[in-house]
Amino acid sequence: MEKTILSGNEAIARGAYEAGVRVASAYPGTPSTEILENITQYKGIDSSWAPNEKVALEVAIGASFGGARSMATMKHVGLNVAADPLFTLSYIGVRGGLVLVVADDPEMHSSQDEQDSRNYAKFAKVPMLEPSDSDEARLFTRIAYEISEQFDTPVLLRSTTRLSHGKSIVNLDDPVTGLPEPSLKRDPSKLVMLPANARQRHPLVEKRIVDLEKWACDQTFNRVETGESKVGVITSGIAYQYAKEVFPDASVLKLGMVYPLPKQMIRDFAESVDKLYIIEELDPFIEEAVRAMGIEVIGKDLLPVCGELTPERIESALSGKPVDTDYKVKEELPGRPPMLCPGCGHRGLFHTLKQLGAFVTGDIGCYTLAALPPLGAMDSCVCMGAGFSNATGIAKVLPENERQKVVGVMGDSTFLHTGVNSLMDLVYNNSTATAVILDNSATGMTGRQDNPATGYTLKGGDAPAVDLENLCQALGVKHIRVIDPNDLDLTKKALQEMMALAEPSVVIARRVCMLERRGNAERTTPLFVLEDKCVGCRSCLKISCPAIEWREGAGEKGKGQAVVNALLCTGCKVCEQVCNFDAFGEIDGE
Amino acid sequence: MANNVKGILLTGVGGQGTLLASEVLSEVLMLAGFDVKKSEIHGMSQRGGSVTSHVRWGEKVFSPLIPEGTADILFGFELLETYRSLSMLRKGGAVVVNDLKIAPGPVATGTETYPEDIPGKLKAQVDDVLLVDGMEKAHQAGNYRTVNTVLLGALSNRMEIAEELWHKALEAQVPEKFLQENLKAFALGRKAA
Repeated sequence: MEKTILSGNEAIARGAYEAGVRVASAYPGTPSTEILENITQYKGIDSSWAPNEKVALEVAIGASFGGARSMATMKHVGLNVAADPLFTLSYIGVRGGLVLVVADDPEMHSSQDEQDSRNYAKFAKVPMLEPSDSDEARLFTRIAYEISEQFDTPVLLRSTTRLSHGKSIVNLDDPVTGLPEPSLKRDPSKLVMLPANARQRHPLVEKRIVDLEKWACDQTFNRVETGESKVGVITSGIAYQYAKEVFPDASVLKLGMVYPLPKQMIRDFAESVDKLYIIEELDPFIEEAVRAMGIEVIGKDLLPVCGELTPERIESALSGKPVDTDYKVKEELPGRPPMLCPGCGHRGLFHTLKQLGAFVTGDIGCYTLAALPPLGAMDSCVCMGAGFSNATGIAKVLPENERQKVVGVMGDSTFLHTGVNSLMDLVYNNSTATAVILDNSATGMTGRQDNPATGYTLKGGDAPAVDLENLCQALGVKHIRVIDPNDLDLTKKALQEMMALAEPSVVIARRVCMLERRGNAERTTPLFVLEDKCVGCRSCLKISCPAIEWREGAGEKGKGQAVVNALLCTGCKVCEQVCNFDAFGEIDGE
Repeated sequence: MANNVKGILLTGVGGQGTLLASEVLSEVLMLAGFDVKKSEIHGMSQRGGSVTSHVRWGEKVFSPLIPEGTADILFGFELLETYRSLSMLRKGGAVVVNDLKIAPGPVATGTETYPEDIPGKLKAQVDDVLLVDGMEKAHQAGNYRTVNTVLLGALSNRMEIAEELWHKALEAQVPEKFLQENLKAFALGRKAA
C-alpha cells in the first residue's frame, strides 16, 4: 500500500473516492471546507458547492435515491441548517450509501459556538463514527458507506479542527468495485414521508439503533488496548491521542463509533479495571451514557466542558495543578488580532456606517472583523442570514427616530445561503431597515470559494451568476443603490438616502475580494505619507488598514506620523479620503 | 508522557508562508522514516493574525499537539510571535528565529508598543538562540518569498537529517519553476548557523 501524509480533510476526500462516492455537495465552513476542495481531484465524483448546507444534504439525498453513494460535508453550525432533512432521512434510510461529514470546532478557532455534534447522532437516531487520525479518517469513511447500506441509514462522520487540519500518515487503498449502477426506482412507502408511511418507518429506526449497538460490540473500530495498569480510559476521536500521552500504561477502550455505544463492550471493559476515566472533548456525551448504565467514572467532574483538550490541559485538570513550564514570558504582549486585508472593500463601508451612527446587525464572514476596534462598526452577529432578519425585528420595536439607524449587513455568499429569505421577510413585512449586501464575488473567510453569484462552479467551470440587483427587485425591493465602497462620498450619500427612507431598501456594495482567485482584485500604485503635511491626527489609523503604521515621535512637532508600508498598500485610497490634510500622495508624485 | 517523541513549534503571522514550511518539514520527517503528525489552524486567524503549527515526530506519535513546555525547537518567522510562544519550549531546547518585526494591529495604530529587544530577551533565558537574517538571505537567493526556505535551511542545522532528504522534500512541495531559487535559499539558510 502506498504511504503518504494527508490532512484529515484530504483523507476523508480520499476515503470518499475509495468508497466509490459519485456525488458530493457542501457549503464551505471552517474546518470542513477542504474536503470538497480535495474531492475535485477525483474525476469520477460529481462535486459541487451548494448555496447552503440544507441544499447540500438534499442533493446528496437525491443521489442516494438514485442508487449512488453520496456525501455532504459541513461545519457544526451548518448541521443546524441541514438538520431538517437529516431527521426525516433517518426514517427514510438510504438506497445508495449516504455519509454526512460534520466538522466541529472545539475552542472556536473560527466559529461562533462550539456545539458538540455528537448530540445530533442521538437526536436523529443515526450512527456516528469518529476517527482519531488521518488514516482512520480515510478508513472510517469507507466503513461508513458499508454501515449506511447494511443498516439502511445515513451515517454521520464527525471530525474536529485538530483532525481536519492535522496531518498524519495514511495508507492508500484501492477503490471498491462492483457497486450497482444508479437508476430510477420507485419506492413510495420508504421515500414519501407521509404520516402513514413515517409511522411504519419509526419502529424500524428504533430497531436499527438496537441492532447497531449489538453489532458494534464486535467491530474492530471499537477496540480495547490492554495496558499494564488497572486504570481504564474510554475515549474517542482526537481525545484518544491525548489520552494515550497522559495515560501511557492504562487500558484504553477506543470507540470508533460514538453512537450508538457498544454497551456490552463498555460493561466488560469497566469490570476489567479498578478506576475508569472518560476523556472526551466538549459535552459529557459518552460519560452520561456510561453513568446511566450505573458505572462510576471520572470525567467532566474534573475535565473542562469548554474549549478543546490538550494533553497538558487533561493532566492539569486531573492533578489540579497548573501547567508549569521552564520558560515564561513575564511581560504583557500586544495581541495580534486578524484584520481586513489592505484594499478590502468592507473597510470603506463600515467606516461610513460608523460615521453615520448606524446600528449594524451583522453576519458571518470576514466582515465580522469590522466589529473589532478601531473600526468597531458591528453591533450584532448571530448566524448565517440573521443580519437582515435581526434588522427587521429590531426596527419593529424602536421609536421612529431610532428606527432609521438600523442597517443589516451581510456578504454575497451569506445572502445566497439564507439571507434571501431574511430579505424576503424584510420586504414582505415592510420593514424600514436598510439591507446592505457586501458583494465581493467570493466566499472570503473560508478561503475565497466560489458561490452562485460568482459565475463559477467548485471545479472552476462557468455557471450563470445570480444577478443580485434583479433578485432584490424580484423580492419587491423598490430602492436599490449599487456603490463602490472605496468611494467614501458616494457610499455615504447612498447610505444616508436609503437609511432615511421609510420603506425597504438595499445597498449593494460591490468590490472584488482582494484574495479573489482570478486576479480581478484591483491593485494600483501604493500611496505614501507626505511628511510635511501629516500633522499626526491619527484619523487614518481608525480605518484599521494593515498597510498603515504609526511612527511614534515623528514629524516636526514630534506628535508622531502615519507611514505607509508600500509592500502591503494596494492603492485603494480610502486613507486619502479620510485624511483632512491631503497628507497622502501617490508614489509617482501626484 | 511519551518521551521519545520530538516536536517543533512554528510561529508566525498569517500570510508569511508558515504552512508551506510545515509541509516541507513534515515531508522530510516522513522521508527520514518517522511517524509524523502536524496540526495547525486555518480560517479566521489567517487574516494577518498569529499562526502556529505543531510538528511532532518519532517512532509512534499520538497527540498532534506539542504539550506546553516540551517543544524541542521553537521555530519563529517573526520575533513577537516567537517570544509569545516561549513557554512552549522545553529546558535545553533551541530557538531558530527570523530577525523580523511585523507590527500587529494595536501597535500599528499606536495604542500599544512593540516589545523592545526580543532577541536579547530570548537569549537571556535560552542558551541556544539562532537569529537568522531571513529577508536578506531571501533577496540573495533571488526572491524575497523564499524566506521560509531560508529559515528551513537554518533550522536543518538543529536537526539530524541528511541534506539530500531536505532537497527531496523541497522537490516534493515546491512548484518546479521556483525550485532552484528555493534550493539556493535553503543552502544560504543552512550556512547561517
